[in-house]
Amino acid sequence: MEKNYPNNNEVGARLDIHHRRNQILSLLAIGVGFVLLYFAQKYLSSYQVRILNNCGLFITLAVSYNLINGVTGQFSLEPNAFVAIGAYTSALLTLTPAEKALSFIIEPIIWPLSVIQTPFLVSLLAAGVVTAICGFCMGFAVFRVRGDYLAIVTLGFGEVVRVIANNTQTITNGPLGLKGLENYTTVWWTWGLAIITIFYVSRLVRSSYGMAMKAVKYDEAAAEAVGINAFRHKMLAFTSSAFFEGIGGGLLAHLITTISPTLFTFFLTFNLLIIIVVGGLGSTTGAIIAAILVTWGGEFLRFVEEPINIFFIHIPAIPGMRMVIFSLLLVLMMIFARHGIMGTREFNWNWVVDKVNGLKILSRNRG
Amino acid sequence: MDFFAAKNLTMKFGGLVAVNDFNISLKRGEIVGLIGPNGAGKTTVFNMVAGYYEPTEGTITFIKNIINGKKANEITKLGIARTFQNIRLFTELSVVENVMIAYHCRVKSSFLGAVLRFPLYRREEKMMHEGAMNILDEVGLASLAKERSDSLPYGQQRRLEIARALATGPELLLLDEPAAGMNPQETQDLVDLVLRIRDNHDLTVFLIEHDMKFVMQICERMKVIDYGTTIAEGTPEEIQNNERVIKAYLGEA
Repeated sequence: MEKNYPNNNEVGARLDIHHRRNQILSLLAIGVGFVLLYFAQKYLSSYQVRILNNCGLFITLAVSYNLINGVTGQFSLEPNAFVAIGAYTSALLTLTPAEKALSFIIEPIIWPLSVIQTPFLVSLLAAGVVTAICGFCMGFAVFRVRGDYLAIVTLGFGEVVRVIANNTQTITNGPLGLKGLENYTTVWWTWGLAIITIFYVSRLVRSSYGMAMKAVKYDEAAAEAVGINAFRHKMLAFTSSAFFEGIGGGLLAHLITTISPTLFTFFLTFNLLIIIVVGGLGSTTGAIIAAILVTWGGEFLRFVEEPINIFFIHIPAIPGMRMVIFSLLLVLMMIFARHGIMGTREFNWNWVVDKVNGLKILSRNRG
Repeated sequence: MDFFAAKNLTMKFGGLVAVNDFNISLKRGEIVGLIGPNGAGKTTVFNMVAGYYEPTEGTITFIKNIINGKKANEITKLGIARTFQNIRLFTELSVVENVMIAYHCRVKSSFLGAVLRFPLYRREEKMMHEGAMNILDEVGLASLAKERSDSLPYGQQRRLEIARALATGPELLLLDEPAAGMNPQETQDLVDLVLRIRDNHDLTVFLIEHDMKFVMQICERMKVIDYGTTIAEGTPEEIQNNERVIKAYLGEA
């Protein structure tokens, strides 16, 4: 029989009698996760650790992107801009003055940036804050429109940031980009940030602020009728999302150690969009699962691009075959699971405990 | 000064005059009806009062505040709540969440306070939940609190919309065709509900309705508009016998 527990993404979740137990279970899960990470980064190959890093990073980006697109229902296409701003901010802060003088060969870097150098953590926070400020300012302009128009103007902003990065030679070094960044990003950083983002976003979604965001998504006029300032809540979601995407950008820069404007094209946004749609718009759990599936799956499918021998049939290497299979999977998903993996549902410990208890009873009856 | 007054309200959409020189004043505690044939401009009046349209001309005052030009969410905070002609619930949310949302505009915690769950926010959240449950109890939906709001039958969705409006803590309640699509029994229950909440919450009710039986039972005073212009006002009995009203509804003989 289905038990009528309050859903975990509901505000009343705190009134759940199992709330304390669920919190402990979550902490345990995080603890186990970090122990696994410890062994993973110790024993796995650098290629596998790289995939692990990418997974953590894309969880952060997807979960925060989902806050504005899925939870608040404002279809926007700007994460590549936010990631770019974050990446450049933190990269410019961690490079030493000498390195900067060396890379800016066409024109020297402008004054305050040429002498500043900060530790990695400070540069990440700065990346988050600068991106959040950019997001905040951008929000005033873009939230004057809704729906398709919002998608178009935010897409435009993404391009604007890329073009600016390409042309401000004295700040971003233009198309040459920034090279020789220290490889600071480890699994602790990527997964630590992922945990913080998940914590922030899921707490926000379950609070009355999150409920107000959902109200704006379902019916903006009705939301206004119950006293919700729709603009304010859109801004809150957008700025929060910008903050975490900015930090994510900083981590990305120090993971690949070389950044240039071509890295932050619409393709990045497109990838994130696929992730949140596959996961289920509005579901944080879905965004996490899909981020892992898409990032890891993309690597896993590499084998199809190599030459394959099946008995007597020889299939030559086909570069790009991955993408064909990937799109096929997406089409299948559109047919059979239109709301994504999770829909708008969330992971819930009560459900897990119920299943485990169910199994126990089953095995007892058999024995 | 009146509790609520609209003076010379006019709304023009380009060349179309949707509402022309509409005047009304409400006393505290009244139930007043606004009727008229389809397209007469009734909902336009509501949309102006609730802040969805800015009137082309005229002023609206509510407890000494001039409210025209204010945004819908500000007007709700000042104490005017509305329901919609076509039900507009937050469909995928539960019944109780739909009502809790209405308390959000009075939450004092910042979003960081809510994320980090400071004591103030915890208290507020508890109050939101208790308040919502009380109101659901009052409209008779408490046992359905955890259902999805779009799984309720039509009549109960209407009630839920009224409950949600009540939760904003209004002094003036605007009901846009609350009895539309209800069967006679549901309509009768609605009459009882409206009278009860008026007394319990010291409300003033201004409503649009086509169901004459409902209007005649509940309204102390009413106003009739046609093509944006007021054609009659008075007690239900006076309206029933008014020639211009009969002409507007039935056409000329």
